[in-house]
Amino acid sequence: MFGYALRRVLTAIPIVLITITVCFFILRLAPGGPFDGERALPPDVMKNLRAHYNLDQPLLTQYLIYLGGVLRGDFGPSMVMEDFSVSRLISIGLPFTLMLGFSAFVVGTIGGMLAGAVAAVNQNKWPDYLLVAIVLVGIIIPNFLMANLVQLFFGVYLHWLPVGGYHPGSLIHLVLPIFILALPHGGRVARLVRGSMIEVLGTNYVRTARSKGLGTRLILARHALKPALLPVVSYLGPGLSYLLTGSLVVEQVFALPGIGKYFITAALNRDYGLVLGTTILYVFIILALNLIVDVLYAWLDPKVRYR
Amino acid sequence: MTDVLVVDDLDVTFALHDSEVKAVSDLDFSLAQGETLAVVGESGSGKSQAFLSIMGLLARNGKASGRAMMGDVNLIGLPPNELDRYRGKDIAMIFQDPMTSLNPTLKVKTQLAEVLVRHQGYDNEKANRAVVEMLERVGIPEPVKRANAYPHELSGGMRQRVMIAMALLCRPKILIADEPTTALDVTVQAQMLDLFKTLTHDFGTAMVLITHDLGVVAGIADRMMVMYGGRCVEKGPTDTLFYDPRHPYTLGLLHSTPHVAKRARRLDPIQGLPPSLEHLPRGCAFHPRCAFRFERCFEERPPLLPVEAVREKACWYQGELKYGEVA
Repeated sequence: MFGYALRRVLTAIPIVLITITVCFFILRLAPGGPFDGERALPPDVMKNLRAHYNLDQPLLTQYLIYLGGVLRGDFGPSMVMEDFSVSRLISIGLPFTLMLGFSAFVVGTIGGMLAGAVAAVNQNKWPDYLLVAIVLVGIIIPNFLMANLVQLFFGVYLHWLPVGGYHPGSLIHLVLPIFILALPHGGRVARLVRGSMIEVLGTNYVRTARSKGLGTRLILARHALKPALLPVVSYLGPGLSYLLTGSLVVEQVFALPGIGKYFITAALNRDYGLVLGTTILYVFIILALNLIVDVLYAWLDPKVRYR
Repeated sequence: MTDVLVVDDLDVTFALHDSEVKAVSDLDFSLAQGETLAVVGESGSGKSQAFLSIMGLLARNGKASGRAMMGDVNLIGLPPNELDRYRGKDIAMIFQDPMTSLNPTLKVKTQLAEVLVRHQGYDNEKANRAVVEMLERVGIPEPVKRANAYPHELSGGMRQRVMIAMALLCRPKILIADEPTTALDVTVQAQMLDLFKTLTHDFGTAMVLITHDLGVVAGIADRMMVMYGGRCVEKGPTDTLFYDPRHPYTLGLLHSTPHVAKRARRLDPIQGLPPSLEHLPRGCAFHPRCAFRFERCFEERPPLLPVEAVREKACWYQGELKYGEVA
């Protein structure tokens, strides 16, 4: 297992390299640059700026300079937000995004599993229909619309929760964003759990467990849950990376200080360094999560043994 | 001998979209302590559903009525949580397919030990020791190693031995074996039947052997019950049914079974197909395939009536059954 994990980590290196390369050149293909503003800068200033950020060098040289920096752990400066390095900006925004994403992940996964299991056990009875309806609504309505709806309802009409904003330690500001992020994730988890649970409850081995007189709770917890979770686990990795990397809309709607804000503005401003930095970060997150999922898979299904 | 199970008037129906199908009708039988009863019939004869209903394991759309008395307890209609006091302890079941009947995600010992923890109140350590002992008893080499294995690491025969060990852990009064050898190699089948014989004898367990294989029945069963279209058509001691069948269907079954002692010949299948339970023929369900039918068989269903002291059959034809008259 350890050897397997190690090999997976090693194979991740070329993937990261390829991503950096592709992103670097695609970014440069896009028209415009970081210093194209409303008003054109005086040619001398422009020349100095470009020289400062090595933009006057041949593209390949720039690429090698950037790559060398990344290998040393230096993602370079932000070209638009002066005085900030990319690493610094990420370290400001990332903790909040991670906290938000993980919270939504935990809430959504647990809620989704419970909902899915309850629906499966009550298949084709009213709790099932009700949960499936809620889940469908959660998945179908896009989060920017849903976010506005809950802001309006809980924030403006009922005054129960703040409409947006955040200051450190204020949990009440997180309730709505977490709910909005967790809803579609939980919905997908619920659908998967319901489907696989219904399948597992109809298997011969669950019938065997019932013939042993084990009782419903033990059968669900010991005999049905683990095999029913298999298809869910393979979704959790992509699901979490979606939450961590896809929270930018929600961060925007609720005016939250996460990394999503930087990603969007960086892309709009052609802030080469910052776009590359956040992209590499997202790639890291996705690779790491896929690895964790594969290891979890082996634990859930003893037939899967990695060599 | 005392009866450990008395089944009376057992009906099993399945609700379909807009209709009902009766899988088992008016089934009566008893099972004496320590005896082996073979239940024989084609697919769809209701033999498995009858016993699944007694175990409370019918599919969601299935419903059973009647009585299955185990002592003073009627197992039919008992809510699952009360049934759980008896299932696995006093009455246990072995299923046809050992490949899919064990949980692939749990170790063998986990799946066995939980029975003892649940029903005998053993702690885990004591249960694990009893599990290894039982695995040894059912002829599994290196029982400690096998106990720590997952089902997919065992062969089919080995898995069925595990199933047998699991069913017998609490030394049940009744063991229901639903086609326990069908999925196994012929060589392993014989070993398995020997194992059943020895263990049920040692534990004083009464066994119901559900099968379509008369060869299996001959070697092991004391009595035999033949089912057709959800009903019992003939029952009695195995020997008498084998040598002197009184129901045309029993006769047909015997002639469609290969026999080592007889000169090799083509097997004679029973003509026609088993009836669909949704559209059972009027009168006797077997009459479309029967060579001995006469007018009465088309109109009236024959009741199950005693033939001799220990035998019963459901057939209007009272003459001698001679093979060869089968159309």
